[in-house]
Amino acid sequence: MIRIEPRPPVSGTVRLVLPLAAALAALALTAVPLLFAGAPVFTAYGLMLKGVAGSLFAFTETLTRATPLIFTGLAAAVAFRARLWNIGAEGQLYLGALACVWIGTGMIDAPALVLVPLVLLAGALAGAVGMIGPAWLRTRFGADEVVTTLLLNFIILIFVQMMLEGALKDPMGLGWPQSEPVLDAAMLPPLIDRMRLHWGFPLALVMAVLVHLLMSRTVWGFRIRAVGENAAAARHAGLPVTRVLLSVAALSGALAGLAGVSEVAGLKGYLTADLSPGFGYAGIVVAMLAGLSPLGVVVAAVYIAAVFVGADSMSRELGVSSYLADLTVALSLICVLLGGFFARYRIVRVPTVDAGQG
Amino acid sequence: MADILSILLSDSFWAAALRIATPLIFGVLGALLCERSGVLNLGIEGIFVAGAMTGWLAVWMGAPLWLGVLAAALAGAGFGLIHAILTVPLGLSQHVSGLGVTMLATSVAYFTYRTALPDVTSPPRITPFQPLDIPLLSDLPFVGPVLFQQTALTWLALGCVFLVWYVLNRMSLGVALRAVGDNPDAVDAQGLSVYGLRIGAVMAGSALMALGGAFLTMSAFDAFFFGMVNGRGWICIALVIFASWRPGKALLGALLFGAFDAFQVRLQTEVGAMVPGQVFLMAPYILSIIALVVAARGADYPRALLTPWFKGQR
Repeated sequence: MIRIEPRPPVSGTVRLVLPLAAALAALALTAVPLLFAGAPVFTAYGLMLKGVAGSLFAFTETLTRATPLIFTGLAAAVAFRARLWNIGAEGQLYLGALACVWIGTGMIDAPALVLVPLVLLAGALAGAVGMIGPAWLRTRFGADEVVTTLLLNFIILIFVQMMLEGALKDPMGLGWPQSEPVLDAAMLPPLIDRMRLHWGFPLALVMAVLVHLLMSRTVWGFRIRAVGENAAAARHAGLPVTRVLLSVAALSGALAGLAGVSEVAGLKGYLTADLSPGFGYAGIVVAMLAGLSPLGVVVAAVYIAAVFVGADSMSRELGVSSYLADLTVALSLICVLLGGFFARYRIVRVPTVDAGQG
Repeated sequence: MADILSILLSDSFWAAALRIATPLIFGVLGALLCERSGVLNLGIEGIFVAGAMTGWLAVWMGAPLWLGVLAAALAGAGFGLIHAILTVPLGLSQHVSGLGVTMLATSVAYFTYRTALPDVTSPPRITPFQPLDIPLLSDLPFVGPVLFQQTALTWLALGCVFLVWYVLNRMSLGVALRAVGDNPDAVDAQGLSVYGLRIGAVMAGSALMALGGAFLTMSAFDAFFFGMVNGRGWICIALVIFASWRPGKALLGALLFGAFDAFQVRLQTEVGAMVPGQVFLMAPYILSIIALVVAARGADYPRALLTPWFKGQR
């Protein structure tokens, strides 16, 4: 007979190796769908690697793709730390993008030094509001935030479509549902000449460091972790649990909102309803791979970005569906969950003792 | 006012309501079965997609319709098994595992569809389930069109409501299932397998969810589209709470939802010019949130929901 029992706490090294092993396992498992699609497996992996890091351009593309994932990964990481299940980063990203084009396409004309911080702030605020709502519904009415944030993603996306066909529609857009282009002064400039990588990336890194400091060095961070570990005990100890939850919600939503601003003002230049190919949901995988550590989020985001970029360029060459990337991302999540299990528990064989004859 | 009344009294309206409710009936029943055993199954959205794709693909490859239904149910049970292994014996986070299963099932379905049909531009069609059109009964005024001109899958959904109710309330298996979601220690003390009951419930529930997906491609439509499930799974998770985990109320909730949706579509044709169409598209999701908020206060969650249980540890 087998039994599951807790393991003594594992060392820091193991905790670093685990997500790595999970990522590698997910990549290895990706061979199964590749074989199913009849693709030459090793050629495919080679092409993926080439697409991710085969040139300076490829590498900057990977970092460009990682940028929104760092933001949404941080959004998920801080919320999950407090056991606030924000699955709505996708919607909050769009709210941030909406605020960015609302302010940044001509409502205010100012130099970049004013306008850039303004659109960032507006996007963060919009995202924050988008998460405070569901958090309030939970603290006030006990409505499960998983369901409300998931449903809000749909509502917000439809709202974006409505705005893009109405109030925010570009009159010069030849009828396409897209916003007017963001003013040059509101754009996050490119980081390297002739590459798409933009200042959103260093901003994301700064946010990761700030969130790390916040969680590890401040009273607020301590309260967030306390509420996450045991809300009842935290309440008993006199922590304002409701306020902590609402503040985490605001922080988490703001980070997701920044992802939207960064995509619009750093990359696309205008808003369309297909701005995000699921960055919000992928952020959950990023956060889990990172073990909810804000600095780990950066590494995990680069990995998930590499999966997307690599699979994209491989699929162009081999004609394998690029949905392969989503499959690898899903497998990564499941592998890291399993890895977390084996870090905390071990399965032991126990000799069966028959009480009757023993 | 007279317009609204004429909508509510028309048989085509109620027939549409039941049609819209059908996938939700499957989904809510499936979610209810999982949650009654103590396991939240957020894999539902992806399992809907997998069921829709599998059923359609089987028929497109030449299988008879009912074999397609069976294939969809088996695919659902398979993804349910993954969720069950991760959350029941391994006791991992039900939230994260469920989202992982949704991502996995969705991407497997999309990838398989794209690989099987690499260059189609318009989704190929199958011959879906046809309205039953039972002689005599379907000629009855009002009830005829509403009830007796639905497809066999709608009748299967109604049958499943009774079946789940019967199992939960009239069989010892149901007593054990409900107990395992409330007090697994007591079930273990009786010598029943907590793991077995929970894994079984999650697999059966997931099979039901997949049937909801299959209804979309095999009855409501005749093809598979990307994004066709469109949050129906999440709506079911909200409706379960609204239904207080009871099959009868699940049916009622799904029907009310279907009626509302059918009503707003008809309203749209009346007042469509005044309001942007997107407002109507948002309505089902907003309604689900409202239903959730209203029901959440007094919700009597299965007491062991979300709590992992390990054998030999009290």
